[in-house]
Amino acid sequence: MLYAILCYNNEDVVCAWSKEQDDEVMARLQVVTGKLRDQGRLGPVARLMPTTAATTLRKTKDEPLIIDGPFAETKEQFLGFYVVDCETLDDAVAVAKDLAEANPGGGSYELRPIGAFFPGKEAA
Amino acid sequence: MTDPAWINTALSSARPQAVAALLRYFRNLDTAEEAFQEACLRALRTWPEKGPPRDPAAWLIFVGRNSGIDAARRQSKQAPLPAEELVSDLEDAEADIAERLDGQHYRDDILRLLFICCHPDLPATQQVALALRIVSGLSVKQIARAFLVGESAMEQRITRAKARIANADVPFEAPGPAERSERVAAVLAMVYLVFNEGYSAGATEIANRAPLCEEAIRLARLLLRLFQTEPEVMGLTALLLLQHARAAARFNAEGELVLMEDQDRTLWNKALIDEGLALIDKAMRHRRPGPYQIQSAIAALHARAARPEDTDWAEIDLLYSVLESMTPSPVVTLNRAVAFAKLRGPEAALKLIEPLAPKLSGYFHFFGVRGGLLMQLGRTDEAREAFDRAIALANTAAEAAHIRMHLDRLSVPSPAAKPKAKAPSRQLH
Repeated sequence: MLYAILCYNNEDVVCAWSKEQDDEVMARLQVVTGKLRDQGRLGPVARLMPTTAATTLRKTKDEPLIIDGPFAETKEQFLGFYVVDCETLDDAVAVAKDLAEANPGGGSYELRPIGAFFPGKEAA
Repeated sequence: MTDPAWINTALSSARPQAVAALLRYFRNLDTAEEAFQEACLRALRTWPEKGPPRDPAAWLIFVGRNSGIDAARRQSKQAPLPAEELVSDLEDAEADIAERLDGQHYRDDILRLLFICCHPDLPATQQVALALRIVSGLSVKQIARAFLVGESAMEQRITRAKARIANADVPFEAPGPAERSERVAAVLAMVYLVFNEGYSAGATEIANRAPLCEEAIRLARLLLRLFQTEPEVMGLTALLLLQHARAAARFNAEGELVLMEDQDRTLWNKALIDEGLALIDKAMRHRRPGPYQIQSAIAALHARAARPEDTDWAEIDLLYSVLESMTPSPVVTLNRAVAFAKLRGPEAALKLIEPLAPKLSGYFHFFGVRGGLLMQLGRTDEAREAFDRAIALANTAAEAAHIRMHLDRLSVPSPAAKPKAKAPSRQLH
């Protein structure tokens, strides 16, 4: 089964990382994703820009409402995701544990089974 | 989180919110700062063992508040008791701490802190120093180094600023809407000033001053969180991101400035450019243009050009004319001259800037641009004269070296290969 591993963290903290810290974390995460890729289990991965770059289109009865930022204001923001093929929830938890170890500090991962998956076109 | 580097990142990113909340409790900058320091020390002791708290800022505020109260109690044995309203403000401990950290408080707290740092009674240099010390948490030593002054001089500047604020009897309540937008504009100007202090540094100073650019971007992001729907805040943030994206390409190995059209564009930071472009798109949707949006739109046109010859000079010229009408200034017209020269030739650009001479007679870039245009026209003697003036007015060694390079080209007569002439301009670096 495919799992989406959704990453939540305080974007103020993530944006405050120095380039060296950022590079270090990315390198460690690539070790984790590299292993998954070698096992043929890695799907799309994305790192999102801060929510300040986001726009929300809220559906209404009439004309949709377009607002700046994410719709809900939260302490931890949705900052990225991995799609990983996992046999069991335990496997997904193990992947998330590896990610957590590679990227220490605050935040959390939500392990959400994927209902329907459309790989789409490979983006540039 | 056991690694001290991560703890430090958590502490410094929680700092603006924590110091701002502590300022609300103690109504005194020094006390708030000391309480925050104390909380940080305790964090360094306890977080490695117990792991990071879920909300580091809330933890620091809580601990800082208690330590500040302790300190006040100790002091009260030697000094007169603190004012009644101060104590009563402190007594209602834990109960509503979570609620206190809610969005509305967070916003007001940080705004209050920023407004105090950018108080109209303070000259710009003090505003910048105070904001870097209090909000960003840079050490006096770091700030002194960035501004090329001695540590004790910087210490004095900050102390004087704090004294002025104390004397000005700054109200702790948020100002009304009209005053508020004025004060927000002052904060934006302060952030841009911090950025430019870092950006205008030469290669030799860049190690000490580049952190200013990053601090300015952090402050801009902080403002953007507070004003998520304010297009000028988006514009300023975009402008800083787009300019900072070129940092790695702006100096060559010898430490000389590289003009934008000579820069290796593969060194530009694509992630920063993309974020800047996204913010401009968001800002434009509001249809409330302002100077920061226009400037960021100009920076975006440069960023979007894969090669220098792809640059949309007509659009850049148009944007400068809009900027001129919004914020008339000889410097804006001078920056426009570069686009003007690309579109209408050096002669026309020279005509555009001639009337600025009386106002910009002490301005390095005026003579740099003028010299460049004269050089393109083959008016060598006049060009040399302008370049000489520019060197005399240069602010950094890199600026002077850059102009000297033009002078060298002028003094080597090569009738066969006319030197490739370029108009130096700060805007285009």
